[in-house]
Amino acid sequence: MIGTRKDLLGLEDLAPEEIVSILDTARTFREVLDRPIPKVPSLRGLTAANLFFEASTRTRLSFELAEKRLSADTVNFQTSGSSVSKGESLKDTARNIEAMGIHLVVIRHQSSGAPHYLARNLDAGVINAGDGTHEHPTQGLLDIFTIRERRGKVAGLRVAIIGDIAHSRVARSNIWGLTKLGASVTIAGPSTMMPMEVERFGIKVAKSVEEAIEGADVVNILRIQLERQRSTLYSSLREYARVYGITSARLKGAKPDVTVMHPGPMNRGVEIAQDVADGEHSVILEQVTNGVAVRMAVLYLLAGHKAPDESAAEHPMPKETKKAHGEPSLHPRR
Amino acid sequence: MPTQKSVSHERVREKAEIVDGEGLRRAITRIAHEIIERNDGAKDLVLVGIRTRGVPIAERLAQKIREFEGIELPVGALDITLYRDDLQKIAHQPVVSGTDVPTSIDDKIVVLVDDVLYTGRTVRAALDELIDLGRPKAIQLAVIVDRGHREIPIRADFVGKNVPTSKREVIMVHVSEVDELDGVSIGEILP
Repeated sequence: MIGTRKDLLGLEDLAPEEIVSILDTARTFREVLDRPIPKVPSLRGLTAANLFFEASTRTRLSFELAEKRLSADTVNFQTSGSSVSKGESLKDTARNIEAMGIHLVVIRHQSSGAPHYLARNLDAGVINAGDGTHEHPTQGLLDIFTIRERRGKVAGLRVAIIGDIAHSRVARSNIWGLTKLGASVTIAGPSTMMPMEVERFGIKVAKSVEEAIEGADVVNILRIQLERQRSTLYSSLREYARVYGITSARLKGAKPDVTVMHPGPMNRGVEIAQDVADGEHSVILEQVTNGVAVRMAVLYLLAGHKAPDESAAEHPMPKETKKAHGEPSLHPRR
Repeated sequence: MPTQKSVSHERVREKAEIVDGEGLRRAITRIAHEIIERNDGAKDLVLVGIRTRGVPIAERLAQKIREFEGIELPVGALDITLYRDDLQKIAHQPVVSGTDVPTSIDDKIVVLVDDVLYTGRTVRAALDELIDLGRPKAIQLAVIVDRGHREIPIRADFVGKNVPTSKREVIMVHVSEVDELDGVSIGEILP
């Protein structure tokens, strides 16, 4: 159970009841955030290190805020300006961090599996804040939390995820979490961005965005990762917006009270139209607030771990992380 | 040994019932009268129960005060888990069930309600949490049983029954909302 875990590396490893216990705990922290003094002393005396080997604004801010709201001390570490740019290995960085007496490590890394490596080499708890194209578990959890708060349940809901599924760790964590809790997930996007072996995930691939959205309770719109696209997976941004962009006209096919989500930052006018982003169905800013509560819940629950010796066997590396582009089973069709 | 509201896995043998259901109801009735007397009525009062059993007791006090004074008092629930001073010492993080205080406590008289007053650490945590929720005019403490052995300087304003105990003993307040019956019993921790 989550109480005995040292690390949160991905939603793939979590049992449905563990996910539910995180979501329940997050609800308590959501209430804390609404207080006149939105802070509790639960992690007093603990220190959290935020290691960001890849650029991030909101995830890092969200984690840092969550740590501070729990009264933990925080240190931040970014690739630029740190010893990593001087050639230090991940292991040495980690050892140094441990020597400083840090209890919880939040890591974002461009390589899938980097958090698993740290988890096996550190007594400190490790939270994956996004590794390569593998997982981004706290984003998945905050999306599911937002869905659950909005719609009152997860099981039986129809969730459409639109965009670059194959390269998206957000999509992967969402798919694992949602299917474990009994939602039915349909994905759509350019065929170059669709994963292979979708049967393994128990999800459906729609032929068009319209088909995916039809009757959906939730539409989660992924960001077109301009910075991560080396080769051209679609002809142009205009073309993408025309075929896959979510506009209010396209949204009419969904349930009348559909919930529209986006992990941010948005490319307005590309994957999401202006009026949808700011429209009545959008919960995009709620996701941001919920993100802090969910991260507080994860930090709080992992901080309770007291037996560092059992962790090594528990977290095998994600399969095939040695390959440069994450799990081959999710490679885009070419 | 954890001294707060922890999930204790010790085995306990129940020795005797020291207050029966009728006695518990009378104690609550008397405390309700005392609260009204102390505060010259029930104006500006908020009752806040500490989870788990403080909450139904606070609700019963509110019901009595409504009978006597005709005033409907707000009742809140406090989960002090996040404010415990032994979070780093116990095995796993306890489940948090959440604080729910439905009204502003600014400039109100908060009557904090719990079943047993023992070391005082739970009340310490509750006071810290209340102060994070607002700035009450005053905080008073009502408990069903005061069993002594304080570890910090805290006392109750309203007490149902003083029960001298040894540290090997356990006081169990049962309320029908949670335990299906009313009463207070004393038990012994088995070695």
